[in-house]
Amino acid sequence: MDPLIERTLREAYGRLVAILAARSRDIMAAEDALQDALMAALEQWPREGTPRDPEAWLMTVAKRRLLDGHRRNALTQEIVANWPMASAAQDHAVTTPLSDDRLELMLLCSHPAIDRAMHAPLMLQTVLGLNAERIAAAFLVSPSTMSQRLVRAKQKVRDAGIRFELPDPSVLEERISSLLDAIYAAYGTAWEDLAAAGPGRYLHQEATLLCKAVLQRLPTHAEALGLLALMRYTEARDHARRDADGAYVPLSEQDVQRWDRDILMEAEATLRKAAAQGQLGRYQLEAAIQSAHVTARLTGRKDPEAILQLYEALVQFAPSIGALVAHAAAYAEVYGAEAGLQLLDQLEPERVRTYQAFHALRAELFLRLQRFTEARIAYSKAIGSSMDPAVRQFLQRRLGTVP
Amino acid sequence: MEPGCSGSITNHSKMKYVILIHETAAEWNQRNDPAQASAYWGAYTAYGQALAEAGILRGGAGLQPPATATTLRLKDGQRLIQDGPFADTKEQLGGFYSIDVADLDAALEWAARCPAMQFGGLVEVRPEIVM
Repeated sequence: MDPLIERTLREAYGRLVAILAARSRDIMAAEDALQDALMAALEQWPREGTPRDPEAWLMTVAKRRLLDGHRRNALTQEIVANWPMASAAQDHAVTTPLSDDRLELMLLCSHPAIDRAMHAPLMLQTVLGLNAERIAAAFLVSPSTMSQRLVRAKQKVRDAGIRFELPDPSVLEERISSLLDAIYAAYGTAWEDLAAAGPGRYLHQEATLLCKAVLQRLPTHAEALGLLALMRYTEARDHARRDADGAYVPLSEQDVQRWDRDILMEAEATLRKAAAQGQLGRYQLEAAIQSAHVTARLTGRKDPEAILQLYEALVQFAPSIGALVAHAAAYAEVYGAEAGLQLLDQLEPERVRTYQAFHALRAELFLRLQRFTEARIAYSKAIGSSMDPAVRQFLQRRLGTVP
Repeated sequence: MEPGCSGSITNHSKMKYVILIHETAAEWNQRNDPAQASAYWGAYTAYGQALAEAGILRGGAGLQPPATATTLRLKDGQRLIQDGPFADTKEQLGGFYSIDVADLDAALEWAARCPAMQFGGLVEVRPEIVM
């Protein structure tokens, strides 16, 4: 198949699944129908030529597959039986562009009735067509486990009758917030300077695509813009995060020449647009913190008070353990290592016991106070809690420098 | 914000759900406590009426306390009858409603208004099998 057509189809995948799922309320039936249509295309187009409107062609074939339905349950049968039958002329006509129901599909995938841990995997599969193996690798489970969980989640959608349409306005914001959280989870952690950048980092492109899909329908949603900005800031520094030997490089030591300026400008513009909406939120604050760090490196002018202010606001909005530890680091920059340690001591032991960033920060602060024994112990705990070999090696090198 | 124009036809088919009410010991006590009983029963009467007035109620029942339950099972070919409810959990099944609504979201909205939510219990929503 023509690579351009192939790319068009890949990009259209989610939109096609969304429309089919909207009509059948059955994600599995929608995916199966679309797969069948794609296979038919692969077989017929080389012989008969590519249709004028490849997407419409696929839509027509997939809809017919759903009607023929060999994997429907009783409910779907009743629904599809009530579809208005399209005329033959209508089938192949290029009418209005296919609607973009991906927002509905993503909100469906992040519905509270679905296991929260499955929100991101579901979206990645249904909107972007990622297979279970790829998703499994990013979420540290076996492919068969991920497969089973995906099937179970989709069965829940169908059997429990989860609504496909946009949620009630009274809960829409809350649901979008869950959706953004799931996209962020797919992206992986942005706390890369203190925490391990785990395998999730390899889904950066996918998470960015999902966020952009949200913005296509909600172009002025402040938090969606904030999340995109946050992801772009992290993306811009991707090549500087590891040195030539693959060793981990924290932000403060990164070679700014290796930062992608175009992506940084995109991030800045997106953050500005978010701020213009006048609806502050967690992702905008995280993006603003990234922006402040980047500016400090590029101008050489540090502003620890400003960064601390941003963190104070962030922990009000979203006191995740990552935010709390990073806040303590920012606090230490302004009020000293001792003050930072005191803040860390206030965190619940259960939440931080195996959190690498917590131990790494304590180690750094002990080091600053020349409390070498405690620093060594903390570094060891950080190393033990680390999931990323490059970060582990970095910490080991730091441990080696402790007198 | 522009809505997507998917225009699905979910209105054409309804789904049946059961709302199962799981009550804590405190709620069981409310039923008979002179100081709390009228608030308890008043809330449930109002709830049932709301479901009926919305035209979605298909059935249901309040259940007598767990102590009135009897469990039967077959073990090694023998019929075993035991005093007490199925599970020795903190929350015990106290009643149920069967409702007819468009989708899970609608069922959840109704379930959220069940008095058990404010009295400290648990509400479970399960779709009925479509025969």
